[in-house]
Amino acid sequence: MTADTVTDPPGAPGALRRTSRQIGDVVFKGFSTGSGITILVLLAAVATFLVGMSIPALTADAADLPFGDFWAYVAPYAFGTVWAAALAMLFAVPLSVGIALFLTHYAPKRVRQIFGYIIDLLAAVPSVVFGLWGINVLAPLMRPLFVWLNQYLGWIPFFAGPVSGTGRTILTAAVVLAVMVLPIITAMCREVFTQTPRLHEEAALALGATRWEMIRQAVLPFGMPGIVSGCMLGLGRALGETMAVAMVLSPAAVINVHLLTSSNPNTIAANIALAFPEAYQLGVNQLIATGLVLFVITLAVNMTARWVVARRKEFSGAN
Amino acid sequence: MSKRIEIKDLDIYYGKFHAVSGVNMTIQPRSVTAFIGSSGCGKSTVLRSINRMHEVIDGAYSTGQVLLDGVDLYGPGVDPVRVRRQVGMVFQRPNPFPTMSIRENVLAGVRLNNSKVTRPQAEEIVEKSLQAANLWKEVKDRLDRPGSGLSGGQQQRLCIARAIAIAPDVVLMDEPCSALDPISTLAIEDLIHQLKEEYTVVIVTHNMQQAARVSDQTAFFNLKEQGKPGELIEVASTEKIFHNPDQKATEDYITGRFG
Ligand SMILES: Nc1ncnc2c1ncn2[C@@H]1O[C@H](COP(=O)(O)OP(=O)(O)OP(=O)(O)O)[C@@H](O)[C@H]1O
Ligand SMILES: [Mg+2]
Repeated sequence: MTADTVTDPPGAPGALRRTSRQIGDVVFKGFSTGSGITILVLLAAVATFLVGMSIPALTADAADLPFGDFWAYVAPYAFGTVWAAALAMLFAVPLSVGIALFLTHYAPKRVRQIFGYIIDLLAAVPSVVFGLWGINVLAPLMRPLFVWLNQYLGWIPFFAGPVSGTGRTILTAAVVLAVMVLPIITAMCREVFTQTPRLHEEAALALGATRWEMIRQAVLPFGMPGIVSGCMLGLGRALGETMAVAMVLSPAAVINVHLLTSSNPNTIAANIALAFPEAYQLGVNQLIATGLVLFVITLAVNMTARWVVARRKEFSGAN
Repeated sequence: MSKRIEIKDLDIYYGKFHAVSGVNMTIQPRSVTAFIGSSGCGKSTVLRSINRMHEVIDGAYSTGQVLLDGVDLYGPGVDPVRVRRQVGMVFQRPNPFPTMSIRENVLAGVRLNNSKVTRPQAEEIVEKSLQAANLWKEVKDRLDRPGSGLSGGQQQRLCIARAIAIAPDVVLMDEPCSALDPISTLAIEDLIHQLKEEYTVVIVTHNMQQAARVSDQTAFFNLKEQGKPGELIEVASTEKIFHNPDQKATEDYITGRFG
């Protein structure tokens, strides 16, 4: 206290003086600003690396590139990446939202907890294990289904033949991806659904809404930004997932939408993992440049989603 | 359409907790009934039992009867969802749906009941309900703006418009003015006066003057003693309750409040 008396600035009576309590504020402000800057620096470092390493491949003559013309090379993988992730999301999103709704609005308390643990456990499984499971368990299981789909729905391009003999197709890979992103999306949705204000749920119920109508009227609209965020996290993982896809898929460099055949478009990440050990010189640059493309795709997807959410901000209930 | 409510031997429980015991009363159509009493004596609980809203809380149940024009709302085969479409409710804190525009808020209940309302019909319902809630003039130029952008008092009137848009028989209000300023409160009170032309209105309030101003009949609830369930002590015309109550407890409560 004596020190305070000494540093007492002119014109500031005792009660109004800066006290040591505010040192906490200063420290915290410094720390959080520092963390923010660190993120930016890291991002810049990664981006610089990607761009720097990519330029030689992007500017080189197609004839000098070990994998041939860059854009022709990356196109099938870019397509495969987006296609596999989109399929995975197609399965994972409705299921995750459904599970989250079940857990928050239908399940009895005990079931809720047990289920919650199981979902968290699923998130802890390493992707290699998912890869092994995909090859050894899922692929053989899926094959009869593939045959059936091809037999009865083969006229739809998606289900055109010939059916893969191993079952290791893009559809299997997408299912594995879906299982992998499921816990992320479910956890996020569960979180926002439990936060739906009681007030809004009761408003719907008092108007004579059934439980499902209440969910549609109050829970889903309120949770929409959270659902989108969860999907983005999941999509980010699906787009970048390497190991499971590399293991499950029997890949080719093609662009097609056949789900059941043995000629499947590979993904960028899996292709890098498969091709990197043998790459040298410009080949390395070319692979890294495909990584840059993946980075751009992921960024574009994320920004689109943010934009979609922001457009409805006024109606988000944040105020 | 306005209906008569008869409550017979109503007991309400939250799990093992006996919240309210032995309520008997009759509420006439086209009238306003006020529930008064100290905090925790079960006013909200009884009010919510009139549209079975207390049942949305895990473990809550009731015994006894609530009759709406002679039909028991707790009879076998009665769907609580149907009950709530006939008995509307307005809550203590204004709760318009934040993701919906003003128009969609008014139509929220209508869309549940009848998904095939045509545009002209919808427009008519919106205007009529907002007129009835004394809100039309203030919002008619911004029906597509979010309902959460209105002031608290306007939001509460929007909630009233939403409740009456489905043409219920009864409108329940649980302390509808307690989050509002005096001007908005007067606006709602005026509205309650108008509402009773068409609906049976039941309102919970902690404001004695408000009960005296808006209601025809007043019901006084109290706890017999701490830890016992709440009870209906006395119900009579508002005039009588405020000037000449039969029960000592009622008189104590009223005079205590007035000082
Ligand atoms: N969800 C609930 N679960 C368990 N007990 C409850 C619940 N809601 C109310 N109660 C209990 O029921 C009793 C009556 O509550 P109620 O909310 O009906 O009182 P009230 O008269 O409306 O009080 P207030 O004037 O404060 O709103 C109280 O003892 C309360 O603790
Ligand atoms: Mg209450």
